[in-house]
Amino acid sequence: MKVSLTVNGAAVERDVEPNTLLAEFLRENLRLTGTHVGCDTTQCGCCIVHVDGHAVKSCTVFVAQLGGADIVTIEGLAGPDGQLHPVQAAFQEFHGLQCGFCTPGMVMMGADIVKRHPCADEKTVRHELEGNLCRCTGYQGIVEAIMHASGTKVETH
Amino acid sequence: MQSFGWLRPRSVEEAAEALGNLEDPKLISGGMTLIPTLKQDLAAPSDLIDLGAVPGLAGISVEGDRLVIGAMTRHADVAASPIVREKILALAVLAGGIGDPAVRRRGTIGGSVANADPAADYPAGVLGLDAEVVTNERVIPADDFFVDLFETALGATEIVTAVRFRIPDQAHYIKFPHPVSGYAVVGLMVARLGNKVRVSVTGAGSHAFRVNEMEAALEASFKPEAVAGIIVDPDELMGDMHCSAGYRSHVLGVLAKRAVAAIASPRP
Repeated sequence: MKVSLTVNGAAVERDVEPNTLLAEFLRENLRLTGTHVGCDTTQCGCCIVHVDGHAVKSCTVFVAQLGGADIVTIEGLAGPDGQLHPVQAAFQEFHGLQCGFCTPGMVMMGADIVKRHPCADEKTVRHELEGNLCRCTGYQGIVEAIMHASGTKVETH
Repeated sequence: MQSFGWLRPRSVEEAAEALGNLEDPKLISGGMTLIPTLKQDLAAPSDLIDLGAVPGLAGISVEGDRLVIGAMTRHADVAASPIVREKILALAVLAGGIGDPAVRRRGTIGGSVANADPAADYPAGVLGLDAEVVTNERVIPADDFFVDLFETALGATEIVTAVRFRIPDQAHYIKFPHPVSGYAVVGLMVARLGNKVRVSVTGAGSHAFRVNEMEAALEASFKPEAVAGIIVDPDELMGDMHCSAGYRSHVLGVLAKRAVAAIASPRP
C-alpha cells in the first residue's frame, strides 16, 4: 500500500506492507538509524519520535495508521543550520548520556516534556520518563538536562 | 509478524460492513495492545480495519448527567481535559495512569474497553461510574458489558463509538500497578451516585467486576471501617506468576479502604 508522510520536513511517499512498523520504516526504508529499537515491546522508549508534535513509540505504530502525518526524528530535531534543540544542548551540558543507546528516545521524550511542562520539577520529569529506560542507570544527568531545558534552574554536580 | 490486509474506512457504517464481509478482520484504533499482540503472533487477523480516518469518533462533552467520551479519544486527552478534570477527576487520574506518556498519546478509550483486558484500567471506570457503552447498533449498560477474559457483549459487527459515564457526586480510583508493565495488579474505583455506592475492581479477576457486599456496607456507612472485614474470596480471583489470588484479595481490601478514606476525608 502507498503511504505519504512528512519526515523531518520532507515529503515522503513509499509503497509498504501493511504490517510495517514506523520504527522499521524509518530505519530500513529511509535509513534514518538514529531512532533505536531497544525492547520492541513498547517499554523502553528508545524508539520515540514525534508524530504531529507528540512523542510516540515508533515500534508500536504501523506506518499505515499515519497517512498525512508529520514525523520528526532525532535527525530532524536540530535546526537546519545545525543549531541544537535546547534539550540536545542540555544533554551535552549536563552529560545526559553514557552509552548513548537510549539517548535518541530520551531526547525526543524530553522535547515533548518541556513543551507540556515549563519549569518542570524533578518529580514531574521522572514521572514523565516512566516509559524511557536507561540501562547505564544514567538518569541523574538526563533528568537534570530536561529540567534545565524546561527553564528550571539546576545545580550542576 | 504475519501479513494482513489494511482498510481505512471513512465512516462507522463502512467499518461495520467490512467487519461483516471479511474473513477474520480486527478493528485497530490506537493499537497499543493489538500491535504487541500481533508481534507475538498471538493474533492472526486476515485484515485490520483502521478507525483512524473515521470522523467524529474523538471528543469529550457533557450531556445532562453524563460525561461522554468518543471512542477514539486518546488517554492523554482524557487525562488533560479540563472538562473531565472538573466533572470526574477520578477518571482523568485513571486515564493519566495508563502505561506511560507515549502510550497514552496513542491508546484510546474505545480500544481499551472493547479489548477488555482483565488488567486494563478503563473497565473499572466504566463499571464504577455506571457508564453506558454506545455502539453503532445499541447502548449497552456497563453491568452487561464485561463478560469474561477479553470477552465483552459486543457482537461481530458492533463498534464502540462512545462511552457515557454518569457524573458521580464523588469518586476515587486507586491502583496497585505492576512495577514493569504498569497494568493493574488490582485497580479499584469507589463512586458515590446519589444514595448508591459502586465499588468496581479490575486486575483481580478474569474481567472487571463489582463488589456488592462492599457497596451495601458503604451505603449504610461511608467509612473505611465499613469495608474492613469484607474479603473477596480468592477462589473467584486470578493468581499468576507475579502474585497469588490470595494476595490480590488482600490488596483489593486495602485499596478499598484507601479509596473510601480518600473520599470521606480528602487531604487539604
